[in-house]
Amino acid sequence: MSLSTNYLGLVLKNPIVASSSPLSHTIDSIQRLEDAGAAAVVMYSLFEEQITFDSLYVDHYLRNNTNSFAESLSYFPEMDSYNVWADEYLNLIRRAKESVDIPIIGSLNGVSIGGWTNYAGLIEDAGADALELNIYYVPTSLEITGREVEDIYIDMLRQVKQAVTIPVTIKLSPFFSSVSNMAQRLVERGANGLVFFNRFYQPDFDLEALEVAPKLVLSNSHELRLPLRWVAILYGRILADLAITTGVHTSEDVLKGLMAGAKVTMMASELLQNGVRRIKEVLSEVEIWMDEHEYASVAQMIGSMSQQHCAEPAAFERANYMKVLDSYRPVN
Amino acid sequence: MWELKNQSRKPGVDRKQMPNRTVTIDGNEAAAYVAYRTNEVIAIYPITPSSAMGESSDEWASKNQKNIWGMTPIVRELQSEGGAAGTVHGSLQTGALTTTFTASQGLLLMIPNMFKIAGEQTSTVFHIAARSVATHALSIFGDHSDVMATRSTGWGMLFSNSIQEVMDFALIAQAATLESRVPFLHAFDGFRTSHEVMKIEELSDEQIRAMIDEQLVRAHRSRALTPDRPVMRGTAQNPDVFFQSRERANSFYTQTPEIVERTMKKFAETTGRQYQLFEYVGAPDAERVIVMMGSGCEAAEEAVAALTGVAFDESFGVPPSGGRLKAELRTKALAGEKVGLLKVRLYRPFSVDHFVASLPSSVKTIAVLDRTKEPGGAGEPLYQDVVTAISEAWHGRPARETHAQDACATMPRIIGGRYGLGSKEFTPAMVKGVLDEMLKDQPKNHFSVGIEDDVTFNSLSFDPNFTTESAGQVRALFWGLGADGTVSANKNSIKIIGEETPNYAQGYFVYDSKKSGAMTVSHLRFGSQPIKSTYLIQRPNFIAVHQFNFLERYQILDAAEEGATLLLNSPYEADEVWERLPRLVQETIIAKKIRVHSINAYAVAKENQLGNRTNTIMQTCFFAISGVLPRDEAIVKIKESIRKTYGKRGEPVVRQNFAAVDAALEHLHEIQIPAAASSTFELPPAVSAAAPEFVQQVTAEIIAGRGDSLPVSAFPVDGTYPVGTAQWEKRNIAQEVPVWETDLCIECGKCMLVCPHATIRAKVCKEEDLANAPAGFKTMPAKWRELPDHRYTIQVAVEDCTGCQLCVEVCPAKDKSNVSRKALNMKPQLPLRDSERVNWDYFLTLPEIPRNGNLTFRTIKDIQLLQPLFEFSGACSGCGETPYIKLMTQLFGDRTVIANATGCSSIYGGNLPTTPYTINREGRGPAWSNSLFEDNAEFGLGMRLSLDHQHNYAKHLVESFREVIGDTLADGLLNGDNSTQEGINAKRELVAELKRKLGTHASGVQPDLSDASDKLHAGSVRTARDLLSVADALVKKSVWIVGGDGWAYDIGYGGLDHVLASGQDVNVLVLDTEVYSNTGGQASKATPLGAVAKFAAGGKPTIKKDLGMTAMRYGNVYIAQIAMGANDNQTVKAFLEAEAHPGPSLIIAYSQCIAHGIDMAKGMTQQKLAVECGHWPLYRFDPRLADEGKNPFQLDSRDPKIPLQDYIYTEGRYRMLQRSDPEAARVLLKLAQESVTHRWKQYKQLAAQV
Repeated sequence: MSLSTNYLGLVLKNPIVASSSPLSHTIDSIQRLEDAGAAAVVMYSLFEEQITFDSLYVDHYLRNNTNSFAESLSYFPEMDSYNVWADEYLNLIRRAKESVDIPIIGSLNGVSIGGWTNYAGLIEDAGADALELNIYYVPTSLEITGREVEDIYIDMLRQVKQAVTIPVTIKLSPFFSSVSNMAQRLVERGANGLVFFNRFYQPDFDLEALEVAPKLVLSNSHELRLPLRWVAILYGRILADLAITTGVHTSEDVLKGLMAGAKVTMMASELLQNGVRRIKEVLSEVEIWMDEHEYASVAQMIGSMSQQHCAEPAAFERANYMKVLDSYRPVN
Repeated sequence: MWELKNQSRKPGVDRKQMPNRTVTIDGNEAAAYVAYRTNEVIAIYPITPSSAMGESSDEWASKNQKNIWGMTPIVRELQSEGGAAGTVHGSLQTGALTTTFTASQGLLLMIPNMFKIAGEQTSTVFHIAARSVATHALSIFGDHSDVMATRSTGWGMLFSNSIQEVMDFALIAQAATLESRVPFLHAFDGFRTSHEVMKIEELSDEQIRAMIDEQLVRAHRSRALTPDRPVMRGTAQNPDVFFQSRERANSFYTQTPEIVERTMKKFAETTGRQYQLFEYVGAPDAERVIVMMGSGCEAAEEAVAALTGVAFDESFGVPPSGGRLKAELRTKALAGEKVGLLKVRLYRPFSVDHFVASLPSSVKTIAVLDRTKEPGGAGEPLYQDVVTAISEAWHGRPARETHAQDACATMPRIIGGRYGLGSKEFTPAMVKGVLDEMLKDQPKNHFSVGIEDDVTFNSLSFDPNFTTESAGQVRALFWGLGADGTVSANKNSIKIIGEETPNYAQGYFVYDSKKSGAMTVSHLRFGSQPIKSTYLIQRPNFIAVHQFNFLERYQILDAAEEGATLLLNSPYEADEVWERLPRLVQETIIAKKIRVHSINAYAVAKENQLGNRTNTIMQTCFFAISGVLPRDEAIVKIKESIRKTYGKRGEPVVRQNFAAVDAALEHLHEIQIPAAASSTFELPPAVSAAAPEFVQQVTAEIIAGRGDSLPVSAFPVDGTYPVGTAQWEKRNIAQEVPVWETDLCIECGKCMLVCPHATIRAKVCKEEDLANAPAGFKTMPAKWRELPDHRYTIQVAVEDCTGCQLCVEVCPAKDKSNVSRKALNMKPQLPLRDSERVNWDYFLTLPEIPRNGNLTFRTIKDIQLLQPLFEFSGACSGCGETPYIKLMTQLFGDRTVIANATGCSSIYGGNLPTTPYTINREGRGPAWSNSLFEDNAEFGLGMRLSLDHQHNYAKHLVESFREVIGDTLADGLLNGDNSTQEGINAKRELVAELKRKLGTHASGVQPDLSDASDKLHAGSVRTARDLLSVADALVKKSVWIVGGDGWAYDIGYGGLDHVLASGQDVNVLVLDTEVYSNTGGQASKATPLGAVAKFAAGGKPTIKKDLGMTAMRYGNVYIAQIAMGANDNQTVKAFLEAEAHPGPSLIIAYSQCIAHGIDMAKGMTQQKLAVECGHWPLYRFDPRLADEGKNPFQLDSRDPKIPLQDYIYTEGRYRMLQRSDPEAARVLLKLAQESVTHRWKQYKQLAAQV
């Protein structure tokens, strides 16, 4: 039985990839992911805002209240380096490549066009096998149109593609009027893959303090449905490798993702909640299922239940919605 | 005929090196540079102004920089200078080349070890940024009183006068000590030299190696204590042999001057710079010679050069086409005054031979200038040495008679005087004053110069208009705020000019005594010739005013040279600037033909996302209009410098500053100056006309920057100053201030509690009290059951507020329809200033809440109605310490005596011009004093013992007067309640009655016993007077011993421990910022594991000392660990319980600090996080509970609910390490978390004990 899959031109030993998460913060943790069976690791994201923030933060506190009072002209020792140039991130990629055999995928997160995209090249230089570009722009202006937002994504991809030769995959947001068209445009502009979907810090309210408190809630299996739908719809229709990264918790989730058309499924919340050993458990269950259902390879099932191959293509469209509503029985 | 030996390159001296690299550095860095390279162990402890030498060494060691033997020296911080000296001693004894850096009291703490080190003939150099020793007051500034206090230790003393000399003499001293085996103090003037930035030639490692004789190093090592060749050192000796043994050292001292002289020659061969033990400059036939040492020599040399005229142009760079001033000087110079200056380099051992040989034989009068004072002495130290030397040379030393007679036909007259104490300015004009005095038939002796002594009339007069500042020099003054980065920008400009051009550059920076809204004045000189002006700029030809309102507060243009350039940062458009200037400023601009340029730098900064940072913008403007460099070249250099300075901090910072540079020039405008002044407003007075006489006559002058002009008679004789003067210094430093919304306020009092400057206050009063309230004065119904029909008011002193926002952040009351609106919201200050000034003045007239009324004052809400007796201090905006002190004064201020350790709290508590401790309407308030850094606990204990004795004596006398005053009064006085405020108030009334009965006036000020009771027979009148003198001691007095963690955990810990163990009723308040805040953020034993601090650049590797738990072992000490931002009720309980506890009490208060690298507005949030993660558990240990059979230890905080990292990584002090060394940060975080968890478990167990 072969669990092997091919993603972004990389031959992976199985279809479970560790998604971008705090689990890639240390070499030790990356090694544990490999030991648990992860086929590849997407590094935690290097945030554009973080790069800028760190730089200004360091400057602020080194400068704040200095040269103000005769006895205390400064408050901190001057360091050799403040790693504000993402040195730590790049070093980690370098060391990860030396420490593990599985592919390492860099991750860049940005909201604007600017010099930060140069980091794509630096990530490649550090040895990353591919790059996941994570773009999430929140257009609060009443003036900006959907098309303009899409153009920002396209421009950023163009800049990054100019900077690297390794495959680039885009981690998409689900909030496009036309996900399909957006996916198509990205692929036309050079995206080698698409990852469905991003999860973001969303504002939450602290009712006691009456404050807005951004909070990240870990995913659950129910959230698989949204990416499942879009992967199934797009599979076979665009020339890019697809991946699912939201709601993958169990072997069933992995199998569904693959059948929808994903080359790989990515896990993070499950690993954060129940430990990296879950990769091994899920892989084992996948194998058992495949064995029980007489599948010889993962390749066999990829896209097998996509819209193109599904007996009821309309199930992925509005009818499905109606059906769900109809099936719901209110409590008496 | 001009003999300028200093720094001259002698034609005969071949330089072995290529010209050295020039660097633009300050004196501290110059000394540390050599000390680091020539030592193996460095023991350090912070003290101003020497701290930077230790900081540099620690930083270099943390970066593994090497000494000349290719090793990284071991750098260790100690708990005190005494500890550092002991460590140095031990390290020397076991063979390592070892050094330390210190100043002032720190040097005095080293004296015992210095005697030992010298007695053991040990080679070492201590580098001293010479500073005043505290006497009637502390002074952080420079003079020689510390070094002079060590004269008897047997150390060599070498004085540097300039930054170049600091670097050079550091090496000469090191080389000489190795050969002579006499330890050396290498001294240079604190601030004037330690902090002056100057372009100098840097010694190369090769040159340093050439000066250090390896054989001597090995000899030093061979004398080390080692079990391989054991010897004993440090024996005790009896009367039979000690004396002879002591005399055994004489030959070392007789040889040392020649050794130093030889070393100086070798140095000249190595570097081309020749120095002498005593260096004479001036006319070879001088009849009047000044003898002095230290930085003042540079100013004196300028004056002497000007007066002799010899080599004036060559030495001081006045171009032939100089202006009027130069012409005047040239005229004087041609007169060729016969004057000279003898600089003393090697002060100890004092070589009479060399000294006499250095004097011109023509000398008739010598004036010896000392930068120290020895009250009661026959003269100051250098004067006495010179008198002795001359006397010996002429009369007492036959062997040298011939030489002396050769030198001078008649013995010269010698006079001595003092100058420059506490960094008092010393200028060429003063030098001329001294030289003029020497012309008189009967010149003053034991004079002072630079001040007006109208009490003992010792001071010399001088013509302040005499100046030697040359026309060919750029002299630029920059008036700015600490917060606007003016000094940083100027330091950068000096570097650019010093290191990127052939020009010489000098910078000196003057700071005021406030930590928030501090004003800075930068003095920059640039020119093609070396700069020797060791005094503030007197005639600037460029003035930049970075804060427009300074023009209304200070007479900035008074000193401006005719035709000077003025650069203004103005909030107004260019065409509006002129009319916004006060009339006097306009008139001066016109009269002096000053060219004015203006830019709205704040607007430019805002447009470029720079916030309030105007430094780069103003720096660009300076280069654009000063002409120091061609404009385009200057812009390139500034940008290069920005990349060099900020590159490590990241590209976004570099980009921001580049944008500022580009934007600056577009917004810079020259202002057209009309022919006549048109302004209708004048400079306002420094203080209100309502201020008391002393404030009007003395304090106001200091505030206005005219303190130098105050005569001796203006000052108290013993350093005693009135309290409550901070209220008169309206600084108006906040751009935004809190504004109260009555519809939302819940009257909780939290805003007042956290206010560091007591600028937001509340009162409750009756409706009728408000009859004359100004329009707009806000009140609302008071929400106290005990106070029905009362009105509540909150008032902000907008002119005193620093705009820290702590009050707004802590305010819990939000508008339900718009949660961004609170009961307090920040609003621009300027539009509110006039109306709120009226409201504040009115607020102060409202009655204070009575202490014996219905309220118990045990809750925040009640207590915040009490008048703070600590207000408007100079503490940092958002200071975490001052709210605790203020709370203490609200609760107990009217009966408190404070012993305050040196540190932040003594600076914001007691640094002139104004004093924040104040009085209530009865005239009572905290009495405050600062002794030293190291002895504060003992100082407070002394107060307690004294007060207790007076209390007991008063009781004893009351008993003896029982018959006279009656049993009721006597019993009340002897047995009345002293434990509650009500009891204390009652006791005060009884004391008043006692005073009346004893025949005093109702005021109780002066006893008048003439009409005393007939029962007072003559013998008891004396006793009655005694009782009157101590009667107030019958009322309870609280002693509060206040200081920071540097004092409590480190330097003062031994004393603190002893005082806690004494069982005496003292209250210790430790304001724990976990770092030496006042001296700039050095690690203390309170610094937590993993935090970055100076002296712990790699993150502190050891845990914070548990001071409270250590004290708990005594069992009878009340201890509380508090953090008002986490639990303000617990804070109040702790203060009340501590004060009530009849034995020693210790409160350890979490105090956020700018050295934490936080947004100070979030200080209370940080306190909360510190508690929630378990880093700062709240607890109280009350021995009285044990007496009741209960567990005395109570934990007041809950189990940690967030991991440590959620707290620490919100602070720069931890994040700095996370950024610079992530791996180390991870390791230390793990250890820190384990430590926090472990300690919490211990506390839980302790709290669970029955």
